[in-house]
Amino acid sequence: MDIRIQLSMCFHLDKCIGCHTCSVSCKNVWTTRQGAEYMWWNNVETKPGAGYPLTWEDQQRYMGGWEVTATGALRLKLLKGPGKLRTLANIFFQPNLPTIDDYYEPFTFDYDNLFNAPLGDDQPVARPKSLITGEFMDKVALGPNWDDDFGGSPLYAANDPNLKGLSESQKQMLTHFHRLFYFYFPRICNHCLNPACVASCPSGAIYKRGEDGIVLIDQDTCRAWRFCVSACPYKKPYYNWNTGKSEKCIFCYPRLEVGEVNACAHACTGRIRFVGVLFYDADKIEDVAKQPDDRVVEAMREIVLDPEDPKVVEAATKSGVEENWIWAAQNSPAYKLFKKWRIALPHHPEFRTVPMNFYLPPLSPILHQAKGDEGGTYDPESMEFFNDVELMRIPVKYLANLLSAGNEELVMESLKKQMAVRMYIRQLRVGDVGDAKVKSALDEVGLTAEDAWEIYKLVSIATFTERFVIPKTHREIKTTIDPRTMYEKRGSVGFGRKRKELVAREW
Amino acid sequence: MNWDFMLFGTLPYVFITIAIVGTIYRYMVNRFSWSSLSSQFLENKVLFFGSFPWHFGIILVLLGHIIAILIPGTFLAWNAVPVRLYLLELSGLILGLLALIGLLMFIYRRLTDSRVRAVTSSWDVLILIILAIQVLTGLGNALLYRWGSNWYASSAVPWIWSVITLNPQVEYIASLPLLAKIHIFNALIFILLIPFSRLVHFLAFIGPLKYLTRSYQLVRWYTRAPRTEAIRQYK
Repeated sequence: MDIRIQLSMCFHLDKCIGCHTCSVSCKNVWTTRQGAEYMWWNNVETKPGAGYPLTWEDQQRYMGGWEVTATGALRLKLLKGPGKLRTLANIFFQPNLPTIDDYYEPFTFDYDNLFNAPLGDDQPVARPKSLITGEFMDKVALGPNWDDDFGGSPLYAANDPNLKGLSESQKQMLTHFHRLFYFYFPRICNHCLNPACVASCPSGAIYKRGEDGIVLIDQDTCRAWRFCVSACPYKKPYYNWNTGKSEKCIFCYPRLEVGEVNACAHACTGRIRFVGVLFYDADKIEDVAKQPDDRVVEAMREIVLDPEDPKVVEAATKSGVEENWIWAAQNSPAYKLFKKWRIALPHHPEFRTVPMNFYLPPLSPILHQAKGDEGGTYDPESMEFFNDVELMRIPVKYLANLLSAGNEELVMESLKKQMAVRMYIRQLRVGDVGDAKVKSALDEVGLTAEDAWEIYKLVSIATFTERFVIPKTHREIKTTIDPRTMYEKRGSVGFGRKRKELVAREW
Repeated sequence: MNWDFMLFGTLPYVFITIAIVGTIYRYMVNRFSWSSLSSQFLENKVLFFGSFPWHFGIILVLLGHIIAILIPGTFLAWNAVPVRLYLLELSGLILGLLALIGLLMFIYRRLTDSRVRAVTSSWDVLILIILAIQVLTGLGNALLYRWGSNWYASSAVPWIWSVITLNPQVEYIASLPLLAKIHIFNALIFILLIPFSRLVHFLAFIGPLKYLTRSYQLVRWYTRAPRTEAIRQYK
């Protein structure tokens, strides 16, 4: 057993209101630099939706993630064929690399014209201007949330690969007004246990930090071979076209090291995010990544170790884990949501990178189709509030494609547990559900009343320090600060020195 | 004044010294700038027809030059049989033409694509000019003065060795035609430009070669030694 630590973020999708505050606070802190304008280390997608970059989940096109070969070995999809030799063959030109047009061309508007336009018969307008070339653009053709709230869903959301396997009538949730359903999906780097970006980097510039599992790109070693961008199935490393380096979400490690919360999670108005520590067994990563689709989530739950187990604590202490980290693991919201209560699920585990961010599948809308609609069961006259989760408006199959490699039982388990907790609390507060009904709902999913109360407390009314259990890094022995360069790097957020803007951008 | 000695007996040392010292200096002081500065992300349609032919053509041609430097005797022996000579010359010519096509696409792309133009520095323009001269003079030598591979191995290679052994003998190449001399001097300028431009990226080929043998996953530790290790030895 090789015990290691992983920082993990969990997202309660029911509570995400799609306000993009997380994206904006991340952008303001990390990616306001030239060459990084188009990057959204944290972005929020409307699901079903095409996402950012467009249809990133379509691995037929992007070839991201891993596959298990006929001989049972783990191989990067990108390196199909002659294996690693393909890296050398494709280093000059990568057939699977997304281009800026798959994200969007960063733009600003010619605001000056609003103030300085000469007197005329027409209202002056602010035309869009490319942030790359500085030239006027005919039109803004794409943006980071282009299909937000189902904008143009027949054109964009219809291409969502997660719709695979849904019936035609279920797909009507994209186009039929009475059946519309979507939810928001915030995404950051998953800081995977088996990261494809690390495995694909010819320079060896990308690495996982041993102490906390954060995946980082060494900016001094990156040589712009761009394999990470292609290999990551989540498209979370981004290529900075100005500095010629790839960049990605750094899990706000300078903040976490001193016990502060990630910029995105701290800013979250819906309080949907939880940050905590997980213990896992590094010896088993390869086995987990090789599991077949129906087993992979279970295997991921098995690799995460119980921090209350004295044997685990002893082994962790022996491998140098400090006391405050063990305490954090024992109080970790990530552990509780993912493993203890089994209500959080990983995002696209079938990509086999063993992602370490977890999502609570959305229960809303609780109301399903009205009776008048085809196949609907909800009677508006009825006083019944809680209904079968099977009949919900959002197809479980869709959530399963998104969160559990198509395994519908796992999604149902989580939804039913969430529903049981709601019934329990409703009975406690209002008392109109009936004790017997609550008890049978809890029994069906194997929760006790105490569990239900704990779940309610964490996902609904938890305080700041309960949602974010972040141990401070012992900077006296581990530090990322190089005193020789700390002052010159200040103001450049660590991504290269400040340098003169290229000539093309004079405005 | 002996121009030959000036250009081929003295300046090589100046250029190569600047290149070596400059490269080391840049690696030590500004490693962040060490990048291939790929612009595929901004434009990938023309690049496909530029980058593949250019890199495969030029790398193989360069390898041919280096092999001749290392084993000139074997090289000449190979050429002693006419069929083998024709084969070598023909493949060299084809690779050179491939490189030329790629280079022309590069130049076309830099001139026409506004996004690529936005990330083009003066160094990039200079490199393209130097490379164009190099490829064109190389092709000219191959076409006009037969057989280039023979006289390269018998006169230019001894000069290169004389330079390497710090005993420059410019007589070896004194009688070469002007086109060949331009080719050689331009190559020296190319070497000189390495530390100042994106050309440093081809010195980073060691990383990709190491990648072929290293394990997939890398972990860096602050508290353990060695600081970099593999999670699991699967390759």
